[in-house]
Amino acid sequence: MNKKNSQPLSLRVPEPSGRPGDAPDFSHLQMDPAGAVERPEVGSTPYAMRDLAFRLIRVLDDAGQAVGPWNPRLDPETLRRGLKAMILTRAFDDRMHRAHRQGKTSFYMKCTGEEAIAVAQGMLLSREDMGFPTYRQQGLLIARGYPLVEMMNQIYSNAADPIKGRQLPIMYSSKDYGFFTISGNLGTQVPQAVGWAMASAYKGDDKIAISWIGDGATAEGDFHNALTFASVYRAPVILNVVNNQWAISSFMGIAGGLETTFASKAIGYGLPALRVDGNDFLAVWAATQWAEERARSNQGATVIELFTYRGAPHSTSDDPSRYRPGDEQDKWPLGDPLERLRQHLTVIGEWDDERHTAALKDAVEQVRAAGKESEAIGTLGQSRPSVKTMFEEVYATEDWRLIEQRREVGV
Amino acid sequence: MAEQIPFTEADRNDGIEPDMVDQNAAPASQTTGSGVQPMNMIQALNSAIDVKMAEDANVLSFGEDAGYFGGVFRVTDKLQQKHGLTRSFDAPISECGIVAAAIGMGAYGLRPVVEIQFADYIYPAYDQIVSEAAKMRYRSGGQFTAPITIRSPYGGGIFGGQTHSQSPESLFTHIAGLKVVIPSNPYDAKGLLTAAIEDDDPVVFFEPKRLYNGPFDGWHEKPVSPWKAQDLAQVPTGKYVEPIGKARVMREGNDLTILAYGTMVWVALAGAEHAGVDAEVIDLRTLVPLDIETIEASVKKTGRCVIVHEAPKTSGFGGELSALVQERCFYHLEAPIARVTGWDTPYPHAFEWEYFPGPQRVADALKAVISGGR
Ligand SMILES: Cc1ncc(C[n+]2csc(CCOP(=O)(O)OP(=O)(O)O)c2C)c(N)n1
Repeated sequence: MNKKNSQPLSLRVPEPSGRPGDAPDFSHLQMDPAGAVERPEVGSTPYAMRDLAFRLIRVLDDAGQAVGPWNPRLDPETLRRGLKAMILTRAFDDRMHRAHRQGKTSFYMKCTGEEAIAVAQGMLLSREDMGFPTYRQQGLLIARGYPLVEMMNQIYSNAADPIKGRQLPIMYSSKDYGFFTISGNLGTQVPQAVGWAMASAYKGDDKIAISWIGDGATAEGDFHNALTFASVYRAPVILNVVNNQWAISSFMGIAGGLETTFASKAIGYGLPALRVDGNDFLAVWAATQWAEERARSNQGATVIELFTYRGAPHSTSDDPSRYRPGDEQDKWPLGDPLERLRQHLTVIGEWDDERHTAALKDAVEQVRAAGKESEAIGTLGQSRPSVKTMFEEVYATEDWRLIEQRREVGV
Repeated sequence: MAEQIPFTEADRNDGIEPDMVDQNAAPASQTTGSGVQPMNMIQALNSAIDVKMAEDANVLSFGEDAGYFGGVFRVTDKLQQKHGLTRSFDAPISECGIVAAAIGMGAYGLRPVVEIQFADYIYPAYDQIVSEAAKMRYRSGGQFTAPITIRSPYGGGIFGGQTHSQSPESLFTHIAGLKVVIPSNPYDAKGLLTAAIEDDDPVVFFEPKRLYNGPFDGWHEKPVSPWKAQDLAQVPTGKYVEPIGKARVMREGNDLTILAYGTMVWVALAGAEHAGVDAEVIDLRTLVPLDIETIEASVKKTGRCVIVHEAPKTSGFGGELSALVQERCFYHLEAPIARVTGWDTPYPHAFEWEYFPGPQRVADALKAVISGGR
């Protein structure tokens, strides 16, 4: 049956606003000024607060002042701790990225431009709560004082690697620090976080879960399964979508970010959604605190879209100049999270250039000291756990196949 | 063009990356002409899709990062520039969505070639491949089919850790309705991929990523020769088809038959040389349908059989091969069949070379099988 008079259909494939050689263009972004978005009661119905999924919660204004109803009114000491943890995270990333270039490890991934997210949320929640991170939440471990040398040992797969040389560098795992073991398979951690939160509720405990997923990976079925379960069972969980604009070479439009916001994906599931300036430490803090209170008071899950920009390459295997305008990050309208918090602390008289320089120096020193310690144990291939460990912990107890295979290797 | 061979130990020390390989080399493919050019596997695969897209408007190619950027391994490089945005495009990070969409397109009459970025990420698409694509023809009485090709880099040897190194082929060979193809060199890669695209059934096409840039022989501490030094890298620029279901005898021999596929073909060749055994090395090229005649004839000739694959031993495709050889060649066998495989552990980052079956393990097995004869 050919309907002869109807017009031919055509397939749409979304394209970003700029490619290499083009001038960066962020004119399509809709951004509320700082302080403009209302703060609903924690008990508000998702329906009543629907427009928050399309707005942008911001606290820090261009002058570095904290304004509006979402201002969490943090004390200067907390702010300073946050800034220092972000500085340390960036220093750590820089050193490990260089370590990769020097052949000391096979792989590394930075979180440049996204430091405020994991640092604020890691500080705010307790270690008893469980974080289900992606590979870009190293700031969580750093903010909680996890030993840098242990992180490096993992990255070098050396003899002191806490996970015994088994995982790709940066795939940390630390139960004690509320850091669930990272999977390389995108999105799988989100429904697991919901299950963990359901278990806490089932047991009558008071712990909550928090998970992160990238904008790109929201296209995975796992994300949608998580939203269904979180909503049905009113699980005490915070579900973050870190929208850093890029999924390797694919801009967020390929994950559906042109049609709607990532926060709004929550709406169809009956979950509350907050869309937050992810480069604003105070806004991230405030929104997370709101969601935390909601979870802890048995009112269930919240989806938070953290609007940010991936400044660094996707990983050491990536060259972003091949697919996006070179100076896109510099033109990112929400700035650099470190600079913004620094400006705020300076404006309120709690920070100055001298302290900043000292903090930078201190961070570099800490990283260098940890680097020396870890490299003394060994970089990739220079030192390893015993080969025997390759056959351990496949099951709770070794079966005959593994015993036989281990002997074949001669260990 | 400059041939690059990443992922040797030395390269790793220069900072070669496991997650994706950027060749920076323009693909050698041309849609016209009938010349022959040296190509690495990336270029040969690119050429296969390129030539088919030029020939048949029903062929399209998509996957994560596969459009503008041309894929993290660059197999689909420049296809978007050449054939347009709606024929080679980026897909959402949804392996299930990618395969399901391909199935729908296939049912409409298109021939989509989709990329799953790493075989380790094919599991989210498993239901669509196994329950849907594989059964479409059968359950609809032949009314609907899924003439789709699912390409995916697989296997280890690039320091990719657990989630960039797996060999999941046996999860697909077990499924009725699927074809499973694994080339080991540029010539076969292009010919077989062309055949896969033209095939009326769903084909799971695994690309040994360790071979993309050179015929890795498992001696990770020794230099690897570039593809262009190999006869099998002389690839016609125009269209040709290597039939699915036909093995290739890589080396003739009389003492023993080695069955291998993918990266392990080159490891088997190195192992045979190292052991000084007159082995016949068979590259299966297609696991389903399997070229049983070639296998049977060879094992009946040599009387001994060693099977080599990267995937873990238990329920690996080697078990199937071993059973087949035993069923068909039992009275010709002079020694038990041996398997050299990956271990039954997850793929470890730091122990890559202990895990990855290398020429030494192959050589040991060959000697054991030869001396263990009756
Ligand atoms: C299931 C699965 N498919 C594909 C990949 C390969 N991969 C690794 S990271 C990545 C992009 C992720 O982008 P996004 O979710 O936006 O997070 P970001 O890296 O930007 O933080 C892809 C496709 C994977 N790791 N897992």
